[in-house]
Amino acid sequence: MSKKDLGLLILILVVGAVVAIINPRFLLPINLANTSNLIGLFGILSIGQAFVIITGGIELSVGSVVALLGTLFIDFIAVREMDWPLAFVLIIVLGAIIGLVHGWLITRLKLQPFVVTLCGLLIYRGVARFYTADGTAGFAFGQNFPELEFLTAGRSYGVPNSFIALIVISIVMWVVLHRSVFGRYLYAIGKNEEAAKYSGIRTGRVVMAAYVICGVLTALSAIYFAMYTRSISPASHGQFYELYAIAAAVLGGFSLRGGEGSLIGVLLGTVLLQELQNLVNLLGIPSSLNFAVMGGVILIGVLVDQQWGVFRARRLMLDATRKGAAGAPAE
Amino acid sequence: MNYSDTTIVAATTAPFLSLEGVRKTYPGVVALDGFSMEVRPGEVIGLVGENGAGKSTLMKILGGVTRPDSGTITVDGVAHDGLTVEGSLGSGIAFVHQELNLFDNLDVAANIFFGREPLRGGPLKLVDRPKLRTQVAPLLKRVGANFSADTPVSALSLAQQQMVEIAKALSIRARLVILDEPTSSLPLAETDKLLDVIKALKAEGISVIFISHRLHEVERVADRVVVLRDGMLAGTLPKSAINHDQMVKLMIGRMLKEREKASEAAHAPGSVALSAKAVRTGAYPDRPVDLDVRHGEILGLAGLVGSGRTELARVLFGIDERFGGNIKLDGQELALGSAADAVANGIFLVPEDRKLTGVLLDLSIAENISLPNLPAHARHQLVSASAEAATAEKQKSNLGIKAPSVATRTGTLSGGNQQKVVLAKWLAMNPKVMILDEPTRGIDIGAKAEIYGLMRALADAGVAVLMISSDMEEVIGVSDRIAVMHEGQISGILDKDDFSQENVLLLAVGKKPK
Repeated sequence: MSKKDLGLLILILVVGAVVAIINPRFLLPINLANTSNLIGLFGILSIGQAFVIITGGIELSVGSVVALLGTLFIDFIAVREMDWPLAFVLIIVLGAIIGLVHGWLITRLKLQPFVVTLCGLLIYRGVARFYTADGTAGFAFGQNFPELEFLTAGRSYGVPNSFIALIVISIVMWVVLHRSVFGRYLYAIGKNEEAAKYSGIRTGRVVMAAYVICGVLTALSAIYFAMYTRSISPASHGQFYELYAIAAAVLGGFSLRGGEGSLIGVLLGTVLLQELQNLVNLLGIPSSLNFAVMGGVILIGVLVDQQWGVFRARRLMLDATRKGAAGAPAE
Repeated sequence: MNYSDTTIVAATTAPFLSLEGVRKTYPGVVALDGFSMEVRPGEVIGLVGENGAGKSTLMKILGGVTRPDSGTITVDGVAHDGLTVEGSLGSGIAFVHQELNLFDNLDVAANIFFGREPLRGGPLKLVDRPKLRTQVAPLLKRVGANFSADTPVSALSLAQQQMVEIAKALSIRARLVILDEPTSSLPLAETDKLLDVIKALKAEGISVIFISHRLHEVERVADRVVVLRDGMLAGTLPKSAINHDQMVKLMIGRMLKEREKASEAAHAPGSVALSAKAVRTGAYPDRPVDLDVRHGEILGLAGLVGSGRTELARVLFGIDERFGGNIKLDGQELALGSAADAVANGIFLVPEDRKLTGVLLDLSIAENISLPNLPAHARHQLVSASAEAATAEKQKSNLGIKAPSVATRTGTLSGGNQQKVVLAKWLAMNPKVMILDEPTRGIDIGAKAEIYGLMRALADAGVAVLMISSDMEEVIGVSDRIAVMHEGQISGILDKDDFSQENVLLLAVGKKPK
């Protein structure tokens, strides 16, 4: 765990302690379970985003993808009465295809990630609304999918299964990001894509793979969100989720220029964001201020991190000059 | 009395600019060593010299970007120790650089008066477009422009863009226009237009310093040629004495010096490793290049800046698109769609720009060295830090990379050590063809010698080495054969017996060697 991650963890614990002292309900099992469920849902989304951000890209369409794929998933199993494992696989494949198309447009046709995924944001939202004729996709009365519901919205030993899914995915993606050949390529490309190319790395393929990973994880979280809300109105479902994901990554120490950030960082970023949401509810802050609180905390966090970096650089330079002065021969 | 026009001007007017004993040193290098020259009104000076002779430093001093350590610069009768950027501009010295400084998203008029646009009255301070156009029109006429003031710069040819730059210079009432390699990227027809503009400036009494590697162009326009060599004035040629051979002689100076005998024992050349047939690059898409590099030889690739050497290297490495032709390695044709293809075939490039493309400054030495061959340092796709460290340690001691450990960030190393990291990553992978683009630029003497030794060791091991270099002594001292490029084509290949600075330079400017 890096120093940055440790600082974030301490911040999470301090904020948690303060909230718990003011409102002890924070520590009630029901509240912790609810919060960790949300952490699970948003965490899966944010890890996907992190893989794109590490390459210096951005994926703005994830909120709309959550809406579109969530709508399709519910439609598949509730209306078309498809077997849910088949629907599950189909949705994941669709997520991968969306990622592949984005990656292809960005690496082969050299479009900017911001533009490609902004168009995706608009297109998928529109398609989702058209698909349901702007209605709500939901289950009919009495429809049950016991295994699916257990896996997505159920609990094991009191812990939401969505949270457990996040832990499993995090471990796998930690290995991919921090230990695998592919992960090293991602960092190298994020730091300096030209130099990576000159080292013989097929940078286009690697970047495309990052968008596919993001698409797959977004699809997975779309299923989780769908099963959590159980009914989806495509006009608003998943709105701003891309910003939650980007915020989690930025809070977790990712640079939007690429090449920087850790998996633990983005996890902690997600935790802090959900803790803040919870804090707004528990401390009786008007929920209309929700976004303002989040924005404020992220700004302060990034500012502190930046200033700390400046301070350290200055101290290093001062040390160096002092050493230089001491080392100079006395006249 | 039989004075020519120029002599009358020269005899009757005081110089606009004169430099006396200008000296400028950088750590470890004397860039200018007591240089003196003068420029009279309406005079066209051709300034020539090899790469590294001190031309750039001289330009920086005249532009006020750097101050000389000593010497006097007299502009329009006023003596200075050094110029400032504002001072240089204010006294009427204007530059047209090799890389143009135009906004290609704006039109011609907006570029010429950028930041000095005539404004309408009123609180909004809007640009007075009609007035702007009436001011620009005569300027464009003076440079003989055949385009209008509202043409977007992106629609202009390079020569036309240079006219815009010159018009910009005229708009600040320039009295001396310095053209730095203006024709190096121009096709021939465009060059003629530019030379006409220079003559028009001269007719108006404006002085011109024309810096160029293209000696025949200098011959055509210059009233006087000033030759720089090793930071010193090698000589001045009056109009009557300006000819190609004289310039070359002064540029290299050591023409009569005995040819340097390469210290390395010549060995039998091997079979052809890398063979390029009719390969065309993006820089000169109309000029096919043929080049063979043999196993066990160091082939030097000489030529002036802009002659297309780097572009050729990038095409051979698969980084740039190839516009026709084919490339064979040991007789096998290669597709080379990307650098990854080249690397997979054992063709490696040590690029010109170490910091941008050679190494990743933020990664450690070990991570840089393993990067091109990472799967070999991994088991089941998981990177083994110990395997990486082992490879890096081996290369570090082989090449004598000076660093606390292989985990040190590459960005903290000196230039020479960074270059060794670039070499190390390829040496660890069994090269067949090694292309080095300016491998010793910006590297101290000690590390230079080590890198020469490495190249020789590679060649002795049967690797085909292609070395691009602008350092004449390096090319002659290190190579087994020298190919010289001129405007996108191989103008000649010299065998060891024909090595001389003069021959290389003659080929580099497109003439026959002696």
